Amino acid sequence: MREKLVEAKGLYKQYALKSDKLFAKRRYLKAVDGVTFDIYKGEFFGVVGESGCGKSTTAKLILDMEHPTKGTVLFKGRDMSTLKPKEWRAIRLDMQMIFQDPLGALDPYMCVGKQIMEPLEIHNIGDPKDRKQMVLDMLAAVSLKPIFYDRYPHELSGGQRQRIVLARALIVKPQLLVCDEPISALDVSIQAQVVNLFKRIHKELNLTFMFISHDLRIVKHVCDRIIVMYLGRVVEEAESDELFANTLHPYSQALISAVPSLTPDAQAKRIMLHGDPPNPIDLPKGCRFASRCSKCTPRCLESEPELVDVGNGHKVACFLVTGKEGINAR
Amino acid sequence: MHVKYFLVKTLRAFITTFLLVVFVFFVLRITGDPAQAMLPDDATEEDYIEFRQLWGLDKPLMEQFYVYCKNFLHGDFGQSYKDGRDVFEIISQRLPKSVWLMGMSIIFSIVVGLPLGIYAALHRNSFGDRFIMGTAVFGFSMPNFFLGIMFILIFSMKLHWLPSAGSDTWLHLLMPMITIGMTRMGSYARYTRSAMLNVLSKPYIITAKAKGANRNRMVYLHALPNAAIPIVTVIGTSIGHMVGGSVVIENVFAWPGIGRLLVSSVAVRDLPVVQAIVIIMGLAMVLANLLVDFTYGLLDPRIRVTAGDK
Amino acid sequence: MMSDNVKNEKVKFEVLSGVVGQETKLQKVFRKVPPMIMLCMAWLLFMFIVAVFWEQFAPFDYEEQDLANRLAVPKIFGGTDTTHFLGTDSLGRDFLSRLIRSIRTSLLVAFCGTIITAILGTALGFVAAHFRGWVDEAIMMMVDFQYSLPFMILALLVIAFFGNNLVFFVFLLGIEGWNKYARMSRGMALSAQNNGYAVAIRQLGASPVRLYTKHILPNVSNILIVELTLNFPAKILAETSLSFLGLGIQPPDTSLGSLLSFGRAYMMTNWWLAVIPGLTIFLTTLSMCLLGDWVRDTIDPTIRK
Repeated sequence: MREKLVEAKGLYKQYALKSDKLFAKRRYLKAVDGVTFDIYKGEFFGVVGESGCGKSTTAKLILDMEHPTKGTVLFKGRDMSTLKPKEWRAIRLDMQMIFQDPLGALDPYMCVGKQIMEPLEIHNIGDPKDRKQMVLDMLAAVSLKPIFYDRYPHELSGGQRQRIVLARALIVKPQLLVCDEPISALDVSIQAQVVNLFKRIHKELNLTFMFISHDLRIVKHVCDRIIVMYLGRVVEEAESDELFANTLHPYSQALISAVPSLTPDAQAKRIMLHGDPPNPIDLPKGCRFASRCSKCTPRCLESEPELVDVGNGHKVACFLVTGKEGINAR
Repeated sequence: MHVKYFLVKTLRAFITTFLLVVFVFFVLRITGDPAQAMLPDDATEEDYIEFRQLWGLDKPLMEQFYVYCKNFLHGDFGQSYKDGRDVFEIISQRLPKSVWLMGMSIIFSIVVGLPLGIYAALHRNSFGDRFIMGTAVFGFSMPNFFLGIMFILIFSMKLHWLPSAGSDTWLHLLMPMITIGMTRMGSYARYTRSAMLNVLSKPYIITAKAKGANRNRMVYLHALPNAAIPIVTVIGTSIGHMVGGSVVIENVFAWPGIGRLLVSSVAVRDLPVVQAIVIIMGLAMVLANLLVDFTYGLLDPRIRVTAGDK
Repeated sequence: MMSDNVKNEKVKFEVLSGVVGQETKLQKVFRKVPPMIMLCMAWLLFMFIVAVFWEQFAPFDYEEQDLANRLAVPKIFGGTDTTHFLGTDSLGRDFLSRLIRSIRTSLLVAFCGTIITAILGTALGFVAAHFRGWVDEAIMMMVDFQYSLPFMILALLVIAFFGNNLVFFVFLLGIEGWNKYARMSRGMALSAQNNGYAVAIRQLGASPVRLYTKHILPNVSNILIVELTLNFPAKILAETSLSFLGLGIQPPDTSLGSLLSFGRAYMMTNWWLAVIPGLTIFLTTLSMCLLGDWVRDTIDPTIRK
């Protein structure tokens, strides 16, 4: 039995919306609406979905950067909401995050070498005399020459900045690395380099990755297991090969079909989605994907399907696949 | 109409006024027994008892504050040390003079500053433009009391053109008005200039020009109203500065307003008068700011019009 | 690798501007200083030296009275007195020495006040941005309060009730203008939070204090420095105004404002007793304002005026 590093159970997160009018009723945005999954130690876990599906919010909940409205997050079996401030800071050594915008994640006024050293200073790791060398070693690990130590973020390219952020995250030797769209902001030519760097780190350090992206090609290339999210819920979960070979949920099918393929004999069988996505603030009853699904049935409009295991750890939330009764209409 | 904007601004005004009264109340209580502070040295035992009763000093703090506010609302601010007259009466005699001076000063700044700014914008980078821009820093950094004294030296003492003290004729008004007005006039000119330049570079103005539109029409009918918003904003923020300045200028020119009264009262520790003037001036400031906020709200289309308006 | 001169210049600019990441840019710019700004810097340096070495410069004791030699007219203004370079005042005290002492007092008080305001305002701004919620609301309410009332009025109220001993007076001056710092630092802290690096650094486990002192503060330093150069003249004006009214610096000490106030009575005959202190104030505040404008334009031309 593989060890579970992260367990997310029934996560809900809603945000109250400010309104212009004086006496409007309070409206809420349900960013994450009942998400459950596990991440096993040493795996490269992928989270895919379009913008607004709640991927980033889920990442923040996993890292305990925000508290879930409902549900729990367990890290190494420990409930994150019970952590005291000191413990919370200590756990930062075990979990780190890479952001979409590397320039925003770095202090513009500090040289990058010092920024990589910062976690060592905060957590009092190592002898102060040795710290600079530790940083230089880290720079080498992300394939950057020592000369980069004195550079400033605005002097670096996007790919280089992301490596700096990675170096800063890895220097404390975490067990979990959460990457929120780490390459979307980079040039396509650089993306491959950075992704391969991730792969190498994953293998060499046996690091657990939670990789969030909307780009399925990358996800296919690196991830072991993947969950697909739509409007705050998980609609499909499977091992990578299984997911691409045997896509079950209509939404996943549409996503995957949209990925251009370079093999000449692959037919461009794009599944076009019709209709508008529902308003995330005023969700209609029934399956969230119903309004855009080509295979929608009356039942799909009545109640919302649950995530059900259909064998081999492959889970889907769709009546057409599972035939199971879902949650009653809201 | 975004009603919320106006309601929020009004609420803010109330809160600021309330804070001011609380602050003054607090300062008064902190310095010791208010009765001792507020009554002159030769007050009798009866005076003390009467005072205590009037201001509820034997009651708990919250009740004291309530009595305090109630008295103010009835116009009862106590008696002045110096001559025992009713404070409210003293102030209301002198208030009109100050309002007159402040009003004229603001009008002067606007009447001189705005055209200068427009001129500067229309004759960009000319000598006149640079000179006008220079006056802004001049106004900001010149100590107004020094300017006033220089005016007196030149126009009263050496040239004998203008009187240096009092407020009887409009000649008396000239120097203090110009002194107060000049501190911000340069800044108005500067803001007007940049607001106008901003608007004049907009595509719709340039097309109008290309079509041969009358220049005056363009400036006064199209550009100026659009530039009005930042100009109103800067006028609003500078009112406070001018009020502060007027306190000193009234002293320099012996202008019989409440600014002068305030300073002389502080000097002799005539606390009832000081307290009253501070509250009244504060209230006037809050109202002036509120007026500016309202004007801004009416001018700015983003606030005046909401998406749902017909 | 680097010669000592260049290195020292670098350090000097780091200290001057606090802008660590842009030394080379500042060096290039300094060569292009317009003559007007040079003049301003020269005047301010002159004032600074006079203020610090006032005892060495003053020819006489500024308090020493000589009632036999009152209102002496000095040679430079057409008079006969040769011992007192600027003549004497109404109590026979050497005017030049009093002027020098006044410069020292006014500048010292303004300087202390500026520092107090900067620290108070910036700290409160950070506190407001960090805690949000009711703390933020309370602090912003105080900021609004300060914005809506002229400092002069508040100062007069406080002096009326509390008196004006020197230390108290300096702290009172410290209250002038804190709202501007608070608003700026709060804004910067909020945008740092939104920008991401505040989040990223907290994520690393940094304490809030570390975040604000080591990361946000250096980033705000640009704007703070500009505000300092504008706040200092405002302090001078505030102090001299109050001293002019007789409510600021009290005798036996003297300030440029009180000099002006005393000199005013004798303007008809000894006009320099009023003009010189006034001119000194004006030149100092003007230099500082011009310098501040230039610094702002240099460091970041995109800052709105």
